[in-house]
Amino acid sequence: MTQESQGSKKIFLYAPGSLLSVADLTVADVSAILTVTTRLEQMAHAQRATLLAGRRIALLFYESSTRTRTSFELAAKSLGATTTLVSDKSSSIEKGESLKDTGLTLRALGAECIILRHPSSGAPFVLARETSLPVLNAGDGMHEHPSQALLDARTMLMRLPGRDAARATAKSLDGVTVVITGDILHSRVARSNAWLLPQLGAKVLLCGPERLLPEMASSLGDGVEIARDFDAALRRSQVVMMLRIQKERLAGLELDLADYIARYQLNGERLAAQAPDALVMHPGPMIRGLEIAGDVADGPNSAIELQVSNGLSVRSALLLRALSEGGFESVTV
Amino acid sequence: MSDVLILNGRVIDPANGLNEARDLLLRDGKVAAIDKPGSLKGTGAAEIIDASGLVVAPGLVDIHVHLREPGQTYKETIATGTAAAAAGGFTTVVAMPNTIPVNDSVAGLEWMLAPERGAVVKLFAMPAATLGSMGATLTDFAALHKAGVVGFTDDGKPILEDAIMREALIAAARLGVPVSQHAEDTHLTGGCSMNYGPVAFRLGLRGMTVEAESRIVERDIRLLQEIERSEGLRPHLHVQHVSTGRALDAIRAAKAQGLHVTCEAAPHHFTLTDEAIGDYDTNAKMNPPLRAEADRQAVLAGLADGTVDCIATDHAPHAAHEKEQEFERAPNGITGLETALGLALRVLHRGQGLSLSKILSLMSTAPAGIALLPGRGSLTPGSFADVVIFDPAASWSFAAKQSRSKSKNTPFDGAPMLGRVHATISEGRIVFRQ
Repeated sequence: MTQESQGSKKIFLYAPGSLLSVADLTVADVSAILTVTTRLEQMAHAQRATLLAGRRIALLFYESSTRTRTSFELAAKSLGATTTLVSDKSSSIEKGESLKDTGLTLRALGAECIILRHPSSGAPFVLARETSLPVLNAGDGMHEHPSQALLDARTMLMRLPGRDAARATAKSLDGVTVVITGDILHSRVARSNAWLLPQLGAKVLLCGPERLLPEMASSLGDGVEIARDFDAALRRSQVVMMLRIQKERLAGLELDLADYIARYQLNGERLAAQAPDALVMHPGPMIRGLEIAGDVADGPNSAIELQVSNGLSVRSALLLRALSEGGFESVTV
Repeated sequence: MSDVLILNGRVIDPANGLNEARDLLLRDGKVAAIDKPGSLKGTGAAEIIDASGLVVAPGLVDIHVHLREPGQTYKETIATGTAAAAAGGFTTVVAMPNTIPVNDSVAGLEWMLAPERGAVVKLFAMPAATLGSMGATLTDFAALHKAGVVGFTDDGKPILEDAIMREALIAAARLGVPVSQHAEDTHLTGGCSMNYGPVAFRLGLRGMTVEAESRIVERDIRLLQEIERSEGLRPHLHVQHVSTGRALDAIRAAKAQGLHVTCEAAPHHFTLTDEAIGDYDTNAKMNPPLRAEADRQAVLAGLADGTVDCIATDHAPHAAHEKEQEFERAPNGITGLETALGLALRVLHRGQGLSLSKILSLMSTAPAGIALLPGRGSLTPGSFADVVIFDPAASWSFAAKQSRSKSKNTPFDGAPMLGRVHATISEGRIVFRQ
């Protein structure tokens, strides 16, 4: 990593292949990732397992996680890489070791890439700056979850009619309105999607009550609009993405759950009445009966499981990119 | 102490309305004479400085610095912090009490001000207004005042209890010194690490609202009114590092009512906005936080119209390992002594058209007045020989690694500066020379 000083603002250059924010990606980058994702899926297991054979990847998880951690880990292993998991429990982190020193230790042990999940927004930037390694942001505080946004985009391109999931352009999601509903304030998934989806031509409606969705959220990107009336927003949408209420982050915010459920829960009745054909998505973990009813989560409109399996494929491509200095030279199929 | 003769400089002394070519003779640590060019030759001074093309002005005064000694000398010491002050053109600094232990006793104060600490420039201190800066029990104002303090403050821990603040204002008013308040309603800022607004929302960080600042300022002003009415006293409230238009409006209105309110603004608040945080750069993390552009403009307007009385750096050194952390975990504060003049001249003089005399007043005469430092902040003969000599036209870039401070935590590493300190003279001693 080098550092350039431009006036009073520092510009840091991170290791190629790092993915700290979706804003780091051009549409061409997104397209390359989607193309490689598809190629990897088509590749024979044995061949795929040679791509990162002998490479060392560290998973550094300061927060509990099921799908993201397992997804990254299985993705790495499917490419033949060696992985190690370091979590805040049962490691030197518990003894107060800094993120920087933990990162430097992993680098000294041969890690070539670190996947970081962290409760502090911006932590991946610290790690990338201090280690100069490619870092993949697996969710940082309330900031971003870039791999989730990529797998969400791919899921939409696979499920919406007439789209191409193997490449992306600025028009890939033309004519598509996505309503993201729930605790936007605390959602890294929302922040990543609100930036990425409009880059691909989608219109994004952020929906929720004022206290979970301040008006300034519309400044997240062009093509982002605030909606308070979920039913009206649903009627305009081809995709509905539900978010969990993050009770652990509410920090004193009082929320009338009964009222929230009445106004914002995606249930079968509401879906049938307002958007019977809409694609239903959820990044998980879901709280059935709160933001989403079980029948909808398991129903025919649901792409929730597809999101999870796309996670594995997209993360495989991201790992390949991270260990190929941002390119995909090793995938020549 | 040998005489110093400064020749051919453009002497700007706001206290005396002087802005002309003058020669200056310093003798026995005092300003001995100031006269037309050529008239002081032959005085036999051992040290002669040719200040052709340079400004000669009263040494800068910073009433808000953190020198970290005692207790955190790995960040800064009185010796290194005041060396940085000298390099920045400051001849007087006022140390805040948030040391370890908190400076809340005469013994602590005397230890801090003792010559053994090696202060390079004149050091004053504002001790804590309450024991341990815990906001509960007033320190011994009378004894501390006798020992030479220039005000009281709990610094980064604002006095939240109305009754305690009222008591502090009354006690300080009786002694004729200010209570200096960090205006933050900490009930509103728990878990916050930057300014509230779109940038914080995008970065996923909890933000401090402007109301968290203005609410305390408004409360303190109400207390002043009430004390003036009921006690017949005239307390002096000094509001530290004002960063919002809303707080400035409250201060402006209080001044219009004739209340004794003064305030300071920090160079980073009139130079940067919260956008400077960029990719979670902890060197742009401070408290009050960098604000939005509208608030930056309000600070600039306040500086121009006199609502802001002075500039103070809030010099807050931290070790590299403390800043190399997650943004929310990193401590607040940046160094500022060596960049203050360069930023003031770049942003306020060149950018906003404020005169050099106005800027020097904000950085020397006015803060000396707020902290009641007789004989400082002017070049009146008989004053202390505190002088800064600088080239007002020099453009340069600040390099943090060359800083005299022990810490290098600044968002201005590599930033352009206007106006370079050529020499700093504290009570007749040359304490810095470029």
